[in-house]
Amino acid sequence: MCSTSTTTSPEISTLVEKWRGKKGSLIMVLHELQNHYGYVPRDVSLQLSQQLDIPLARIYEVITFYNYFKLDPPGKYTIAICLGTACYLKGAPDLVDEVKNLLDIGEGQTSKDGLFHLDVVRCLGCCGLAPVLSVNGQIYGKVKRSEVMGILSKYKKED
Amino acid sequence: MEKPIIFIKDTSLTGDSSREIQTQLLKVAREKGIEDLQVIRVADLGIYDKGVALKICSLDIIYVNVKLSDAEKIIQTTIKEGTPIEDLLLENQAMQTRIVLRNCGIVDPESIDDYISRSGYASVGKCLFDMTPETVIEEMKKSGLRGRGGAGFPTWMKWNLARGSFGDEKYVICNADEGDPGAYMDRSVLEGDPHSVIEGMIIAGYAIGASKGFAYIRAEYPLAIERVQKAIDQAYEKGLLGKDILGSKFSFDLEIRLGAGAFVCGEETALIASIEGKRGTPKPRPPYPSDRGLWDKPTIINNVETLANIAVIFQKGAEWFATIGTDKSKGTKVFAVTGKVKNSGLVEIAMGTPLRDIVFQISGGCFVPENKMIAVQTGGPSGGVIPEKNFDTPVSYEHLIELGSIMGSGGMIVMDEDDCLVDISKFYLKFCVDESCGKCAPCRIGGYQMLAILEKITAGKGTLEDITSIKRIAQGMQKASLCALGQTAPNPVMSTLRYFESEYLDHIEKKKCRAGKCTKLLKFTIVPEKCKKCRLCVTNCPVNAISGDREKGYTIDQEKCIKCGRCFDVCKFEAIARA
Ligand SMILES: Cc1cc2nc3c(=O)[nH]c(=O)nc-3n(C[C@H](O)[C@H](O)[C@H](O)COP(=O)(O)O)c2cc1C
Ligand code: SF4
Ligand code: FES
Repeated sequence: MCSTSTTTSPEISTLVEKWRGKKGSLIMVLHELQNHYGYVPRDVSLQLSQQLDIPLARIYEVITFYNYFKLDPPGKYTIAICLGTACYLKGAPDLVDEVKNLLDIGEGQTSKDGLFHLDVVRCLGCCGLAPVLSVNGQIYGKVKRSEVMGILSKYKKED
Repeated sequence: MEKPIIFIKDTSLTGDSSREIQTQLLKVAREKGIEDLQVIRVADLGIYDKGVALKICSLDIIYVNVKLSDAEKIIQTTIKEGTPIEDLLLENQAMQTRIVLRNCGIVDPESIDDYISRSGYASVGKCLFDMTPETVIEEMKKSGLRGRGGAGFPTWMKWNLARGSFGDEKYVICNADEGDPGAYMDRSVLEGDPHSVIEGMIIAGYAIGASKGFAYIRAEYPLAIERVQKAIDQAYEKGLLGKDILGSKFSFDLEIRLGAGAFVCGEETALIASIEGKRGTPKPRPPYPSDRGLWDKPTIINNVETLANIAVIFQKGAEWFATIGTDKSKGTKVFAVTGKVKNSGLVEIAMGTPLRDIVFQISGGCFVPENKMIAVQTGGPSGGVIPEKNFDTPVSYEHLIELGSIMGSGGMIVMDEDDCLVDISKFYLKFCVDESCGKCAPCRIGGYQMLAILEKITAGKGTLEDITSIKRIAQGMQKASLCALGQTAPNPVMSTLRYFESEYLDHIEKKKCRAGKCTKLLKFTIVPEKCKKCRLCVTNCPVNAISGDREKGYTIDQEKCIKCGRCFDVCKFEAIARA
């Protein structure tokens, strides 16, 4: 069912060494892997399972429980729209609709051209600027539905 | 005279013009013969979205929305003559009491020396050398400090239980998983004053006899993680963490563990599972963590804000701390006030301050001045609403519970007449349903079913029996859910039903949403007298529900309409009616 890759990449070995013997380190290792690859590729999980002697099922059980971990490569630009309470009250659902319409994607999906990934998040910590969205960490505050197109086209052009 | 110091920060988040103003201030000062003025750009002043903010340290005042052209006046009037400029002053600072946020925006969060120069880590010294763990706990008891993470459990009692439990190893955990959507108190403390939290953890460790601590921080807070890590490294260098702290024989290690976007991991047993590297599902209690927690060892879990209070208690004394607040709620509480207020932001008030003062005095009242406030929501997805008629209630654990809400971790959402309470309750319930771990049926199934009923009501298909069903499901969830997520998930709905049942009835019987938020109850029509036949709505409707021609005019097919409101938004002639 799964390709058994026997070669282990050096990054994974270093990582494994760093955390080996520390109790309960799986989640921390997954964080580091995701920081490196942008998601947690299956063959990396497989190598991790062999190296740390943890069943693959245990690793997947953890990855799929936590929203933060991704199993698919993200788009080049991640659009995160805040649906925290303050943003919700000030019209964030409209922004989500707008992005969905414009890019023809759902929450957690990547557009066909691989350019944009849409995430819905809870509170970016700048509720004073609600509604807030961020594109690859760049924050846009007090966004109006009509402004979404402009923000996205800026990134399309850059590409 | 002391050297004049000004802290500067651009709080607008959309750009940074603090550098220009910094240069201008220094230039003007030099022209006026003030050579020793220091203008320091800082990371956080505890103020948000108020343009460039300055803290004039000598006068302890804050100016906001400072423009380049104000530099002249600030140097002349404030720095030279020592008089505040009324127009620039941040409103109503006087009503706040800063204990938790005492250093935020004042110390450089990346410098341990800065923290130490403000009596930082003095309390660690005092506890380790002048006090026994028992007297530390005794002092905590006198202070009356209660947990700020939500439940308000007396901190000393938690410590005392863990101290009394037997274990070859014990743990202290800082809960920095701040999950309430729309609140960011803990983040500000971690980013603005990380050492205060570390200091609290060391003292907690000493009190219960732990030699190891974990700071469990949300992965979504990268800056907080970076600052805390830096602070931990610095504390190790200074011998404030690690073996034999300051030569006292007490050893304490501290490391960071990251959350991964699961709200339920704020719950104590789930958090412990997560640190152990497992799925964050709660366990039945007892055994309580103070008895068998992390790796089955006695463990205490305290919230960031709780920990940030501790050093001050030992610095200024428990008696002093206990003079602030009400009978049963001591000290201050930080709230993130958002929603329909003019000034949203962090507010730290002494317990017992009336809600009305927070909403109107400190936060400047309603965002749209003509609108009427209707309620304030506290406690996030586990909390409830407080209607306007009760705004004079003092904010404290005991008073908020009486009204059917809770203090919670500090989210405070202000709502005006444009908000629909049924919709808000649905929002919170949906949050809990999304975040339920699914381990137990009352929460997993009950939440889902209750949400389905609310969807039905907000779509205009509700019946009166639905209210009875909601109440029945709520009872089941409250009584039978395994953890507090499920037990408290019905709270927002129950509390809005208690105070605003008529709104539910409007949705059910009159098919009407007062605020116009429940879009499925809306009807969009074209007003022929105003329509200029520009066809903008026709081209914008995503489902082609608008038809007609220039002669006969246009109409909206109500069957096809998905109530997206796009026609309403694009029409330049107000020819679309929304009712
Ligand atoms: C579902 C759920 C989420 C919680 N989230 C948080 C949180 O984000 N931060 C927090 O400090 N406490 C949270 N709590 C409360 C903690 O479980 C715990 O009571 C608290 O951290 C104890 O610290 P304290 O005594 O200092 O308040 C949550 C509780 C539940 C049931
Ligand atoms: S109440 Fe909900 S979140 Fe808590 S254990 Fe049960 S299913 Fe999980
Ligand atoms: S609720 Fe959106 S930033 Fe806080």
